[in-house]
Parts: sequence; C-alpha cells; structure tokens
Amino acid sequence: MKFGVVVFPGSNCDHDAYHAIGEVLGQPVTWLWHASEDLQGVDAVILPGGFSYGDYLRTGAIARFSPVMRAVERFARAGGLVLGICNGFQILLEAGLLPGAMLRNAGLRFVCRPVYLRVETTNTPFTLAAHPGQVLRVPIAHSEGNYYCDAETLRRLEREDRIVFRYATADGRVTPEANPNGSLANIAGICSEGRNVLGMMPHPERAVEPALGSSDGLVVLRSMVAALARAGAA
Amino acid sequence: MKAHIWVTLKPTVLDPQGQTIQHALVSLGYNNVRDVRQGKFFVLELNGTSREEAQKQIERIARDVLANPVLEEFRYEILE
Repeated sequence: MKFGVVVFPGSNCDHDAYHAIGEVLGQPVTWLWHASEDLQGVDAVILPGGFSYGDYLRTGAIARFSPVMRAVERFARAGGLVLGICNGFQILLEAGLLPGAMLRNAGLRFVCRPVYLRVETTNTPFTLAAHPGQVLRVPIAHSEGNYYCDAETLRRLEREDRIVFRYATADGRVTPEANPNGSLANIAGICSEGRNVLGMMPHPERAVEPALGSSDGLVVLRSMVAALARAGAA
Repeated sequence: MKAHIWVTLKPTVLDPQGQTIQHALVSLGYNNVRDVRQGKFFVLELNGTSREEAQKQIERIARDVLANPVLEEFRYEILE
C-alpha cells in the first residue's frame, strides 16, 4: 500500500499529510510533483491544503489544469482513492470531480480554529472506521470554505448519502452557530458518486497526535488504510 | 485584437464581499446604495485571428477557465 501527496507550487500542508501517513501511521508515502503525470503506482492520492498558484483567479482554478491533475482525474474515475483537504477540496471542485463550488466565508475572514464535525455517513472508504454520528475535533484554516451548490445538487447529495461531514457542536448538533463559514447545510465534506473521492475543508492531518491538541483526524486516514487493506493493496 | 471580459456572480448567488462594500458605502453616507455586486474584469490581447474565431475562443476561455459556471456568469466585448 502506498500513499502519494501532491505538491503544487503554494501547497503548505503537504508535509503535515506526509508526516501523518509516514510517521504516525507508518505507511509508505511518496511525493507527487505537480508537473508530472506519473502517479508512481500509488494506491491513494492526497491533495493537500495550501494556496496552490497563490489562489490566483479562484482557489484551485489553476491547479486543476496542472499535469498531475490529468493523472489524478483518470485515477479517480478508475475508482482510486483521492482525499482533497482544504485547498485540495477546492481543486476537486474546480476539476469537476466533486459538485459545487466555494464562496468566500460568510464573515469574509480567514477562520483558523478547531471545529467539531459530525460524521454523517460511515459508508465511505474515508469514514468506515468511524461510528455514525461520531464527533471529531479537527482544525479549519481557510477564507474560501463556504460551500455552495444549487438546490437540485444538494437534494442529490442528501439522497445519495454523500454528505460525509457537517459542522456541528461538541455534542453533535448541527446548528447555524456551529457553522464557521456559512456553508450550505453546514457541509464540511462530501464524496463522489463512486464514494472514492472525498473533499473536506477541515484538516484531519493536523489532528493526528496528542501534541497537536487532537488525534481525531486519524480516523479518516486509518479508514483509508483499512479500505486499501480490504481491497488487497499490499 | 483586444477583448474585455466581465465575470460576475450569478444573481442567485450570495455575494458577501459585495454586501460588505455596500455596508461600508452606507456607513460613509451613501445611503442610496441599495446593493453592490463585485466581479472580475479581464483584458485579453490576441494575435491575428478573425473576429469569428476570436469570439469562439473567448467564449471557450471564459467558460472553461475565467468563470466557474457553478457560481458565475460572463459577458464580453471584442475591440479592434
């Protein structure tokens, strides 16, 4: 089993993701350079957080046209596991691998603090090790995390059980007060129709050791490891 | 050939930046400013293509790159 962490110009959470996979989980992990279409035979791809291409034009808008994304799109459409965190989620939206788009946060501020997420479905390779309704304490750090899609898309996401995380209170209630950025229906993360692509604004890779204030993010990465093991990735 | 392209949020999409600007204008005494919508303006300079080709190309560029069709719409004009 091998993970790949994509490095775009302006990625700044790539080392956190690499550390979480390689050091904390002890799984093989490699860098994937944005200018190469070679995914080096990885079993899962992580698009890390950061400010790819300086967020020019729109967040993720330039990154989606990079050579590595051509390979990631093929990989995702063939069923490969792709986790987009923060800017990685924004890139997945721009690439059309997930539906919707990001607006500026409702308060227009860069919000950087721990939030609580409620696990809405465990029927994904990213949450199979969680229990339904489990509350995770994971940090967010973004200006453009105000998820938007049209009403029909939202109905479809709900009908197909594709809303994976919602912003919630510490005791797991989804309320307007628990919504840090104005996201539609408190959406913090969604998956693709095939359930193999997850985009989430919060940073599970920054909540993997007690020294970081929370280890709750591990459940996402451990779920991926379990899903890959189940699928027979050696 | 030169093209001007305007990209704006669809009318149905909330514009928190525009709202903030509107509030600021009202607080400056411009009480009659009822709404502000913010957008982007692009100036493209193109090498030797016909007007028809340029039009097709600009529509493609605006749709695929400059605007995100989930949120935004665009209009353009071609200048000689």
